[in-house]
Amino acid sequence: MAVVSGPPPYPDTRVAQPRPGQAVGFFTDSSICIGCKACEVACKEWNHVPTDGFNFLGSSYDNTGELGANTWRHVTFAERPAAPGGGDGQMRWLMNSDVCKHCASAACLEVCPTGALMRTEFATVVVQEDVCNGCGYCVPACPFGVIDRREEDGRAFKCTLCYDRLKGGMQPACAQACPTQSIQFGPIEELRTRARRRLEQLRQEGRKEARLYGVDGSDNEVGGLHAFFLLMDEPGVYRLPTRPATTTRDLPAMWKAAAAAAGALAAGVLLAFAGKGR
Amino acid sequence: MSSSEGPFLKAPLWKPEIGAYLFSGGLAGASAVLAFVARSRGNHRLARRALLTAAAGAAVSPPLLISDLGRPERFHHMLRVFKVTSPMSVGTWLLSGFGAAIGVAAASEVLGVLRPVGLAAEGAAALLGPGLATYTAVLLTDTAVPAWHQAHRELPFVFAGSAAASAGAAAAILTPAEAARPARRLAVLGAAGELAAAAAMKRRLGALAQPYEREPVRRLDRMAQSLSITGAAILGLLGRRRPAAALGGALVLAGSICQRFAIFRAGFDSARPR
Repeated sequence: MAVVSGPPPYPDTRVAQPRPGQAVGFFTDSSICIGCKACEVACKEWNHVPTDGFNFLGSSYDNTGELGANTWRHVTFAERPAAPGGGDGQMRWLMNSDVCKHCASAACLEVCPTGALMRTEFATVVVQEDVCNGCGYCVPACPFGVIDRREEDGRAFKCTLCYDRLKGGMQPACAQACPTQSIQFGPIEELRTRARRRLEQLRQEGRKEARLYGVDGSDNEVGGLHAFFLLMDEPGVYRLPTRPATTTRDLPAMWKAAAAAAGALAAGVLLAFAGKGR
Repeated sequence: MSSSEGPFLKAPLWKPEIGAYLFSGGLAGASAVLAFVARSRGNHRLARRALLTAAAGAAVSPPLLISDLGRPERFHHMLRVFKVTSPMSVGTWLLSGFGAAIGVAAASEVLGVLRPVGLAAEGAAALLGPGLATYTAVLLTDTAVPAWHQAHRELPFVFAGSAAASAGAAAAILTPAEAARPARRLAVLGAAGELAAAAAMKRRLGALAQPYEREPVRRLDRMAQSLSITGAAILGLLGRRRPAAALGGALVLAGSICQRFAIFRAGFDSARPR
């Protein structure tokens, strides 16, 4: 929800130009999101993302629903009671622009069998469209339900963090278009500092409900997010999982169980031949 | 969308072809092991039929997998990398190696040529077979889908049991009864293992096993149990008579197919609870 009083939270608008090899990302500050959806539009325009349909979801001002192959930025509109418990019937809007998290330990990338999903020189995660064969494995692997297959195309699509713009020294379209600096782009370390400072500021203003999401590895098992958030309520209110995990962290145990089961299968066949007879 | 509990996942996109492959790949892998051990015991009638079953399972698998791709003409992009973090990549190479070996072995068996090469290929297929039958469990568990991922310790044993049951059942149907005793025993053993592992899996899942209590998964799951138990009982008790062996074998095969599809479908409901 928009904070309309107090000093501008980010008087220093300039974020250092990232160098190749430097990890970059987004810090999305939901406390100053006004729900204008300029990010959704700018993303679609720049990246030629097709329509996600003209659907009436009956869900506040949100007819996009969730991230997907054709929705790379999604503004959630959550209508919640203004006071805890709801009391006087006053409502407040919680708006937040969701995006691919470009996980430090990215399950989509790890399970991709063609190598189409890759880590760029900016530490972002990108699908190489000339390699992807549409196997769909990345789709149920993502703990955030971000990546999806474009059915009329057959390949998987998601936010590229405007890889082409980064290459050209520009910031991603959504951050460029955001009128309130709710979406900030920059080197991860600088964004982390900004996020922590902003949280401190909100806490001092008495906004106890403010919290950071994914700023490091402490509230998730994906090694930290390269697109993290400042939220004004529980993550689930914004369709964000409480403790996301990269599925491949359990891979050694999975392969071990499969090897044991394979051994059991072989032993079972031998056992079937045991004793008299052939 | 009103729930703030999650999970906030995308449902898998895989079509029923992948469920069918879970069965055909398991049948092929376990049949190759059965063929090799039968051969080493001098039971050539059983070995031949198990070998040809393995070859048939391996032959139908790639078309099932390729037709599921969003861009089937790019199937060979799977062969540009090998990644242990991607069970699909590991499986691609397993199935490719297995398919080549079992193809050579089956051709040698049918044509009666190059027997030393054929037998070596049979051995290679038997070595890869158990992996082919169980990696598919990792394929499902290496996702964020709760009912799959949280079952990662038990699911490979369900699939190993299911594969053994179907390989034994298929061989029991195809092989003269006097040579098929090990096949019948494998079917019974496999069915018992499959059911025990599935029960352990559901215990581990606890509340996450909810998809198994809702249609259509519930019906598939119940059918898998009753078909496998009935089929195994008929095979074990009456299997020395060919018609009974055929009936029992068919029931066990059907039970194995139902088991695969129950687990396959459970993942969809688990990712997007209704």
